[in-house]
Amino acid sequence: MSDFSVIGAGVAGLAVATELVARGATVDVYDPAGPPGPHGCSWWAGGMLAPWCEYENAEEPVLRLGQEAIGWWADKTDVTFAGTLVVANARDLPDLRRFSRRTEGFTDVGRGEIAQLEPDLAAFGKGLYFEKEAHLDPRKALADLHAGLVEKRVTFHQTEAPEGLGKAIDCRGLSARDFLTDLRGVKGEMLVIRAPDVALTRPVRLLHPRLPLYIVPRGDGVYMLGATMIESEDSGRITARSMLELLSSAYALNPAFGEAEVLEIGVDLRPAFPDNLPRIRRIGGRVYANGLYRHGYLLAPAVARGVADLVLDNKHSEMVDEDRA
Amino acid sequence: MRTFYGTELSNPLMLGTAQYPSPAILEQAFRDSGAGVATVSLRREGGAGQTFWQMIQDLGVLILPNTAGCHTVKEAVTTAHMAREVFDTKWIKLELIGHTDSLQPDVFQLVEAARILTEDGFQVFPYTTDDLIVGERLLEAGCEVLMPWGAPIGSGRGLNNEYALRAMRAEFPDVPLVVDAGIGLPSHASHAMELGYDAVLLNTAVARAGEPQLMAKAMALAVEAGRLAHEADPIEARDMAEASTPVIGKAFLS
Repeated sequence: MSDFSVIGAGVAGLAVATELVARGATVDVYDPAGPPGPHGCSWWAGGMLAPWCEYENAEEPVLRLGQEAIGWWADKTDVTFAGTLVVANARDLPDLRRFSRRTEGFTDVGRGEIAQLEPDLAAFGKGLYFEKEAHLDPRKALADLHAGLVEKRVTFHQTEAPEGLGKAIDCRGLSARDFLTDLRGVKGEMLVIRAPDVALTRPVRLLHPRLPLYIVPRGDGVYMLGATMIESEDSGRITARSMLELLSSAYALNPAFGEAEVLEIGVDLRPAFPDNLPRIRRIGGRVYANGLYRHGYLLAPAVARGVADLVLDNKHSEMVDEDRA
Repeated sequence: MRTFYGTELSNPLMLGTAQYPSPAILEQAFRDSGAGVATVSLRREGGAGQTFWQMIQDLGVLILPNTAGCHTVKEAVTTAHMAREVFDTKWIKLELIGHTDSLQPDVFQLVEAARILTEDGFQVFPYTTDDLIVGERLLEAGCEVLMPWGAPIGSGRGLNNEYALRAMRAEFPDVPLVVDAGIGLPSHASHAMELGYDAVLLNTAVARAGEPQLMAKAMALAVEAGRLAHEADPIEARDMAEASTPVIGKAFLS
């Protein structure tokens, strides 16, 4: 019998299992849906390790805890260190100024520097360059964590976790809302496209008052476009409007995206608590790690550390809620 | 005191609920400002926004659902019906977008939708321009409130046409009027109240501020200051100084 049972094999569960194993514990993982795949919302993520950009519209812990992520992931999967470029059309420059006031860790770049960083965005005259940011391919990252755990003799059970499991750590995301009543789903829609005519080397964010877009290169001319943020729990479909908005924003970034081939459409719900920050919570005998919201890859390492600190050393990190009976 | 379909507002600040960094910050903004009304959108959320809508209802303020994002009468009417079911209220903020860049209301469709909804028992709060004739048509259609824009939605430019807003106040002395959209700063909100408007509706200025709770409170104070100033009957502006102490006895002719 293992020391711990991790329930859920999304980015949170795999990161927690990885951290526990790294600290010498033995772990079993339960997920009835099997190994990481399209059933989990972390499959559809952007994979940006962008704490400074995210800080523009997030609270301080995201900036601080998110910085742990880059090194943590670099030890376990391929991380591309190429920074993030944030641009806006001339008419939306007030948004660029606001963005720059709300965060740190960037340099202002003008037309020449933008053209040097991303020749295909030479039409933009002003931007912000976040040099320290990085990105990864979420599906590769999940597969690498999974493989790393298998190699460390972690057993993956493609079943529901049995009742009365000792020392269980529940990382089921939105499925755990039966016990985490303050958890909600925030709808996100994304597209994967192939645009061999466009060569971007780093994540790019196009600011717009209503239709902000990020685009993450996956290599070989493949890009992920994301992501909408809608206070809806309908995970079944992308709306025509969202698709129009994503594609027209990409088109505004570079008209050559108009010729892209649409490879994938993704829709899922991000699990979030009311303050959109993650929580580690003990209810009865079970520890819940949840609420990673749009920061699955950015905050999973910090959450995993927090869980390990709690269950191995009884150390309470700031993410730990009051324990509940 | 002008009332909104018979309801007196505890606080003439109406706050939108979109674009906040988190629901927790949204809640704090309402608590710190004491805003009397929360507007909430349904169009984009489809039928699946229940969890978020419940959070809005838990704020304990009056709910004014809106038809944000609707471009046609049909869409707006459907959304209004859904809003009535979800929030159990006859109130509907009627928003019919006519132009993609300015988000300017399509006043022709607005009047038509207002008539349909009023006949259907709704109490309509129309988001309109500052055009007097459109205002008149909306009243004829059954609206008992008018909500002219200060400036385009989210632009934060304040009251673009003070003259038109004054004219509207003078033209419709008994109709509750709300400046809706375009407010960026507390001074803008205060300005609207100084003109004798009954309430101010805003969203972006608070939700996208660096500290939404602080801006919400600033807006509430400004609205209250403007309301008191209007009641106090301000002095008229004049071109020359008017000494508050008598000048006789001073050598002012030398």
